Formats: sequence, C-alpha cells, structure tokens
Amino acid sequence: MVAVSVSQRVASDDQLARLLQIGIVLEEVVEARTHRHYRQLDAELDEEIETLLADAAEESADHRERLEALIEGLGVDSVPFGEIESLVDARYGRTRPEDFDGVLYDQLCNEETAYKFYDDLIEAIEDSEAAFSIDRGELLATLTTIRDEEAEGVRKVTEVMERR
Amino acid sequence: MNTADQYLKTIYVVQETEDGPASTGSIADALGVSPASANEMIGKLEERGLAEHEKYKGVRLTDDGIVRARDALQTYCIIERFLANVLAVEDFQAEARELEAVIDDTVAERLDTIIDRQPECPDCFDPETDACACLEVAPTPVEPEQQ
Repeated sequence: MVAVSVSQRVASDDQLARLLQIGIVLEEVVEARTHRHYRQLDAELDEEIETLLADAAEESADHRERLEALIEGLGVDSVPFGEIESLVDARYGRTRPEDFDGVLYDQLCNEETAYKFYDDLIEAIEDSEAAFSIDRGELLATLTTIRDEEAEGVRKVTEVMERR
Repeated sequence: MNTADQYLKTIYVVQETEDGPASTGSIADALGVSPASANEMIGKLEERGLAEHEKYKGVRLTDDGIVRARDALQTYCIIERFLANVLAVEDFQAEARELEAVIDDTVAERLDTIIDRQPECPDCFDPETDACACLEVAPTPVEPEQQ
C-alpha cells in the first residue's frame, strides 16, 4: 500500500486546477443529461418541467464558462463538452431515469451534488494557506455565487416535486 | 470522503491483505501518520461502533465498518478511474489520494455515470498497485531511442 495524505485542504495550483476541472465535468454532465431527458421524454414533458430543464442546462453552461475563466488563469485546459457528452450518451441507457419523477429526482441529485461539491471546495480553499496564481478573493466569490445558485436550484426542484 | 472514511478504507484493505486484524503500525504507515494519531482515530471509530480493537492483535472492522469502508473504497476507485480514463491523468493514484478527502460520495456517484466501472468493484482493488485490477490505462508512449 502507498501512504495517503490525510488532509482536506487544497494545497497547490495543480490541485485547485484539477478540482475546478472536475467542477466543469460535473456541469457538463448536468447539461448533457438534461438534454437527454429532454429528448427522451419529449412527447410527455409539460411546460413546467421543460422550463426547469431548459433553465438548468443554461445555468450549467454559464457555470462552466465561469469555471473555465478561472482555470485559464491557472494555465490548464478545460474538458471539451463534446467529450463528456459522448460519455454521458454511452452510458445513458444504463443510468437514465424511467419517468417524470425520475427526471425530477435526477435533477435534484444534479443540483444537490453540485452544491455539495462547491461547498466542500470553498471550505477546502478557506482552510488552505497555499498561495494560488489566481486571486483568492475572486476565486472564492465566483465559487460562492455558483454554490448559492445551486442551492436555489435545489429549492426550485424540491418545490416542484412537493407540488406534484 | 472524510478522514474517518479514509481510515476505514485503509483498515479494510490492510485487514484483507493480512487476512486478520490490522496492526496500528500498518495503518499508520499506510496513512503516513504517527501511531499516536492513528490510535486516536481508531478510538473514535470504536466509539462509533465501526471498529473493534483486540489487545495485542490490532483492529478489526465491525459489519457496519466494513459497509462504510467498501463504500469509501468504491468512491476511491471511481475517482481513480475518472482521472485515468476521462482526464487521462498519468499519475492517477497520487492525484486520487490527494483528491479523495475533498470529493464527496455524492459527487463520485455523478462521476460514476460517465465511467465504465465493473460490477465486481471494489473487490477488484489491488493494494499492490493502489488501483483497480480491471482498470485499463493507455500505455505511456515510449520515447524512441537516440541513434
């Protein structure tokens, strides 16, 4: 076995860049899965769910762009959306939701997962004393805005689920 | 994955490898911490009913501890597979060890929707290579020798 480092802090530019890349992939997964739900349940979707999915895809694309702007400052490449989209497509048959409830539940998982990811990341950056090549204040402000939008997303989906 | 989960995963792998209780020394070595730190966390795991300490023998996970340890190992395998196959990270083991504390199980579950993990996971984990035995990694191109 190889020794592991028991630490919950972000210690370097490289580690930060990798975590932001993972954030980009998570957003891309949301975007691609949302498009697939849209296509799969096309005939049955009602206006409320359609709007919810369209807004979620748009928000993910916006988050992705903001994360891309951050990693650009760290000299790391983004992960092409087409690549993640084809991976989602390849495994969608095995992981797709069966019905409306499933779509909403999947959407809730998307929002909750993203919220948890950004919340953990913010905490790990705040706990770290490492100096990053990008402005720490700007980094935390961007991540906090994104996290709060994810929290709002959780609230919106929960509201729709409770009403139906 | 939090620190307790990292310990559970490590104890699980050591007890499977040694086919018996895991000694505090082996756990501390595997985690790169002092035996005193390892003892402290083992005490907390015992209080939570996740591990049992047998005097002069070492630590053994309870059934609840094993369930959590296997979940943690699975999360680790997902992170490794994601890094190796999606982001093409060469030294995916080292990066997975760095990232596992910051990546939550729910996040790993989402990443799992785009990787091709085998149903036998995490039994396919090989402690020698610190990676899944089924993981296919593209070979590193060999530099042509200078004439």
